[in-house]
Amino acid sequence: MEKTLDTKYTYTEKKDTRSGFGDGFLEVGRKNPNVVGLCADLIGSLKMGAFQKEFPDRFFQIGIAEANMMGIAAGLTIGGKIPFTGTFANFSTGRVYDQIRQSIAYSDKNVKICASHAGLTLGEDGATHQILEDVGMMKMLPHMTVINPCDYNQTKAATIAIADHEGPVYLRFGRPSWPIFTPVDQKFEIGKAWKMIEGTDVSIFATGHLVWEAVVAEAMLREEGISAEVINIHTIKPLDTEAILASVAKTGCAVSAEEHQLNGGLGDSIAQTLSRNQPAPLEMIGVDDSFGESGTPTDLLEKYGLNAENIVKAVKKAIARK
Amino acid sequence: MEKHSIAHLEDICSQVRRDIVRMVHGVQSGHPGASLGCTEFFVSLYFHQLNHNSDFNMDGTGEDIFFLSNGHISPVWYSVLARSGYFDPKELTTFRKINSRIQGHPATEENLPGIRIASGSLGQGLSVAIGAALAKRLNNDKGTVYALMGDGEQQEGQVWEAAMAAPHHKVDNLIATIDVNRQQIDGPTDLIMNLLDLKAKWEAFGWEVIETKKGNNITDVIAGLEKAKSLLGKGKPVLNLLHTEMGYGIDFMVGTHKWHGIAPSDEQLATALNQLEETLGDY
Repeated sequence: MEKTLDTKYTYTEKKDTRSGFGDGFLEVGRKNPNVVGLCADLIGSLKMGAFQKEFPDRFFQIGIAEANMMGIAAGLTIGGKIPFTGTFANFSTGRVYDQIRQSIAYSDKNVKICASHAGLTLGEDGATHQILEDVGMMKMLPHMTVINPCDYNQTKAATIAIADHEGPVYLRFGRPSWPIFTPVDQKFEIGKAWKMIEGTDVSIFATGHLVWEAVVAEAMLREEGISAEVINIHTIKPLDTEAILASVAKTGCAVSAEEHQLNGGLGDSIAQTLSRNQPAPLEMIGVDDSFGESGTPTDLLEKYGLNAENIVKAVKKAIARK
Repeated sequence: MEKHSIAHLEDICSQVRRDIVRMVHGVQSGHPGASLGCTEFFVSLYFHQLNHNSDFNMDGTGEDIFFLSNGHISPVWYSVLARSGYFDPKELTTFRKINSRIQGHPATEENLPGIRIASGSLGQGLSVAIGAALAKRLNNDKGTVYALMGDGEQQEGQVWEAAMAAPHHKVDNLIATIDVNRQQIDGPTDLIMNLLDLKAKWEAFGWEVIETKKGNNITDVIAGLEKAKSLLGKGKPVLNLLHTEMGYGIDFMVGTHKWHGIAPSDEQLATALNQLEETLGDY
């Protein structure tokens, strides 16, 4: 199937998105002396070691105490620091929701909550760690920006971009080795959807790891004579509603794809946007009100219906409903 | 910062207590009990101890800065901020009313001068204060960071995460105070969730601990704060156990948890105001 991929988005290398974060974090640390790091005993998993080594005075090991980490991060902003917190996505959100809500979001503090191992593709650790509700929790908070980049290069670019953005940010990325299919020199514009592939029959809005599945699905659909537009929604909040509405005005139907619960995720936001502005058929790819389980990332995406084959099926359903 | 005589600070306390009961009465909601109990502490802090500038800037560069973790005692903080020049005391009339900067619990959303973080959900303020103290260290800023917590608040787990972190990171530009009034909403702390020996606990976590036995006596409160300050810069954070009486200054409110979060009636207000001299003019 990969022979038929849009040539712009073939890949030669795979890497984890968390490494994109780690490399971007080091780069932004060199650029901006106000950037500081905090970690709750997961420096290796978050790829924060290089920053810690180069800037030991600007890095704080907080131990297994995520609530305290969020509070300390909020305090560091008072004095002009730009703290990046690092832990797994479930410990970055659900475990510390009240701390984020009061000390960071409501207080509008310039904290960057950097969350790895999000979603099913965490894999073998299973459902305790596979958070699928984090985007919903974070997007509900006023002042919060929510970003879920798709590969190593985009995650690195996003990490660098958020340091220049004033205000709280939730940056979501993951653990599996994943195709690097976006350009190394891309400009990351927060809140701006990226139309990766033009099409006329359906709009596929994907975020995170599932952008790659959407690119693969587009190639499969093209072989069947279906023209899909693939839009990379790396910023879930603020949502680029203008780009979404313009695309659906052209194609007449849509599919959303994300590694998250259907409740509260990207698809939910797109459904709101369409129903409030220009109703059109929408099919949603995501986890349907269940927890995950142990397994390989590929097996899990297949079992829970989150891969390219399922996007193809959803596209056909959406087109049939036009 | 101009230093005031003890007598003048006591006069300010009387006015602050009038402000507290009038604010809470005016909207028939709010938390007078520990606000009254902490009046000497707030007055000593803002009119004696802090090197601060009422021309507010969020970062507090070069200044001492204060965080209130037990945000429900906002009436005393609002009164002291207003009386020390952060905003016009007349604005206290808007406490807890719609379209006001004087929210029920402290907030930054409406840009009220003097407030650097929202508080109300308990247990978070000490962590924030540690972060601000670390920022001062990174900025080579010699200012001190102060934080106040309640004793009931010691039941929150995050407090102990913060208690562990500050000595580990050698945060020695931080003075945390606990208002030990031994009361919480449902009754005495001993019965609700016994705190046992707070001094031994905080010492075991690696803090330099001092006690202010008479937390409603200005002279003692100032002595405690100055002692705390003298212990800074030695590799350890400092904890001040401030023993107060909830409701202090008004005979029918003192020493009970019953006035934690309820407002006086018209008649009770009149009785209370009769016990408190109007020294700076009511707002």
